[in-house]
Amino acid sequence: MSIDLKNLTIEKAHESLKQGEYTCEELLEAYLNVVKERNTELHAYLEVFADAIEQAREADKKFKNGTAQMMTGIPLGIKDNILFGGHIASAASKILENHTASYDSFVIKELKSAGAVIIGRTNMDEFAMGSSTQTSAYGVSRNPHDTSRVPGGSSGGSAIAVAADMALVALGTETCGSVRQPSSFCGLVGLKPTYGALSRNGIIAMGNSLDQVAPFGKTVKDVEIVFNLLSKHDPEDSTSVPENLRSGLKPKAQGLKPRTIGVPWHLFDKGVDPVVMENFKNSMEKFKNAGYEIIDIELPFSKYSLEAYYIIMPAEVSTNLARFDGIRYGYSKDGENLKEVYMKSRGEGFGKEARRRILLGTYVLSHGYYDAYYNKAVKVRERIKEEILKVFEKVDLIATPTTPTPAFKIGEKLDDPVAMYLCDIFSAPANLAGVPSIALPSGKTDEGLPLSIQFMAPHFGEAKLFEAGKDFEKMNQIKN
Amino acid sequence: MEIKDVENLAELAKIELLPEEKQALLKDFEGILQYIKHIEAAEVGSEKEEFTLKNVWREDKVEAREFSHELIVKQFPGSQDGYLKVKKIL
Repeated sequence: MSIDLKNLTIEKAHESLKQGEYTCEELLEAYLNVVKERNTELHAYLEVFADAIEQAREADKKFKNGTAQMMTGIPLGIKDNILFGGHIASAASKILENHTASYDSFVIKELKSAGAVIIGRTNMDEFAMGSSTQTSAYGVSRNPHDTSRVPGGSSGGSAIAVAADMALVALGTETCGSVRQPSSFCGLVGLKPTYGALSRNGIIAMGNSLDQVAPFGKTVKDVEIVFNLLSKHDPEDSTSVPENLRSGLKPKAQGLKPRTIGVPWHLFDKGVDPVVMENFKNSMEKFKNAGYEIIDIELPFSKYSLEAYYIIMPAEVSTNLARFDGIRYGYSKDGENLKEVYMKSRGEGFGKEARRRILLGTYVLSHGYYDAYYNKAVKVRERIKEEILKVFEKVDLIATPTTPTPAFKIGEKLDDPVAMYLCDIFSAPANLAGVPSIALPSGKTDEGLPLSIQFMAPHFGEAKLFEAGKDFEKMNQIKN
Repeated sequence: MEIKDVENLAELAKIELLPEEKQALLKDFEGILQYIKHIEAAEVGSEKEEFTLKNVWREDKVEAREFSHELIVKQFPGSQDGYLKVKKIL
C-alpha cells in the first residue's frame, strides 16, 4: 500500500491508524523504505534501531485494545544525544562511540508510554556544537532541498529525517538555535520551548543553563502535539518547572489570539542576505494584512547576545565535558599513568570544535579573565532577559528572521569559527532569556532554498507561538 | 594570547594536542576573542548581580531504579570482579 508521506500529519496518521487503513507496522515500513533509499546520500540517521519494528507491533496492539493515544504508532527520529536505554547514544562523538545508554531519558519515557515508534538516532554536530552538521565524527549530512548544501545544525539529522520523509516528526535539542536554524534551512517548523518546560534528564548536556529538547515537524500542529505530550514537570531535573509555577508564569492573555508583533529592526539592519530581508518584510506585511499590529521595538542589550552566548556556553561546555575522561565509559586510550590516560583519551576522542570550545571555556573561566568575560556575560544575559520581558508588556510576540542567510554550501565556514557562530545570531536572545521561540517556513528563494521567520513569546507562551504559526500557515495557503 | 597560553589551557583541560593543532587553535582564538570582546562595550554597571534563582533540592531517598548494573560494568574500559579498574594515583 502507498501512504502519502509528504502530506502526512500526526492527526491524519492517527485517524488512518484508528480506521485501520494501515497498521503502525506498515506506516513504519513506509518510512523505512525512504530511509533505505535516501539515507546513504543524506545521512540523516546514524543508526536505525533494530527494535523499531517491535515497537510498531506493540503500538498496533494498543490500537487493537483501545488504549491508543494521538502519538501511538507515530514514527519519529531522535537526536544522538538523547538517551534511549539499551541503545547507543554517542552525541556524534568518537569519545562516546561505544556508549550504550543505561537508562531512558524523561522524554523517551514519555514517548514510550504514549506508544510512539522511535526509528533511530540522527546525525548531529559533535556534542551539538555547530550550525551545519559537519562536525560529526561520523561524516556530514546533506540538505534534501539541495544536496550540495548543509542541513543546518546542530540537529541536522533530525531536520533531514522530517524534511525527506524519513520520520513524521523528530526531536532535536537547542542550546542556541540548533533546532530553529536547521528548521529554517530545511523548510520545517521548529520549536525551542521555554527553558524548564521539557526535562533535560537523560540529555547529554552541552550548556546546562541553555539546553532544551526541541521538536521538529512539517506543520505547527505536529510540533504542538509533541510539545504538549512532553511538556511536564520532572522532579529529577531541578531546572524543570513545577506545574503550579507554570500557570503563574504563563502570559495573562493566554488563550487570546496574539495581536501585536514587535520587530527589533536595529538588530538586523546589516549582515542579512537581501533575499532573507525581503522575505521577512513580506511576511510581516502578511501579518499586518491579517489584522496584526507591527510595532518597532528596541532591544539594546540583545545586540550582545551572541558574544554573551559564546562566553557562557563554552564555560559550561568546559565543565560539562570534563566527565569524559576515558575511565568509566566511552573511548579510552591507555597511557603510562592516569594523567596520560586522560590526556590521550580526550585528545583523540574529542573532535576539533569540541576541543576548541573546551579550551575557550577554560580560558574565560580562568583567574584574571573571569570578571572580564564570564561575569560580564552573565550580567549582559540578565539585561537581555529584562529587556525582552519588558517588551512583552507591550507586545505579544517578537519577530526576526530565523537565520541571516539560506542554507550554505558544504565545506563553507568550517575553517572560520566566527563565521559559523554568526549563523545563530538571531537564535541567541531566546536561549539566553529562556523564552520560547518558533521557526516557521516563510517561502523559498528562486533556487528553491527554504526561508524562515521566527517568533519569540514570553515564558510558557508557546500557545501564542502556535496561534501565530497556524495563522501564518493559513496566510500562505491562501496565497498559494 | 600566545602558544604558551594554548598549551597551558590544554594542560588544564587535560587534552593532548599536536603542535600543528596548537598553532591552528591560537589562530582560532584570536578571531573568537576579538569577536567576544565586543561585550566590553555593554554598559552593565559594576554592582554585583542579584539573582532570583535558587537551588532546588530533593530528599536523598533510596528508590528502585532501572539501571542495569551489568550494562554499566560492561562499559568500563577496565574492570575487575565487577569493579572499575583505574591506574594507581599515588
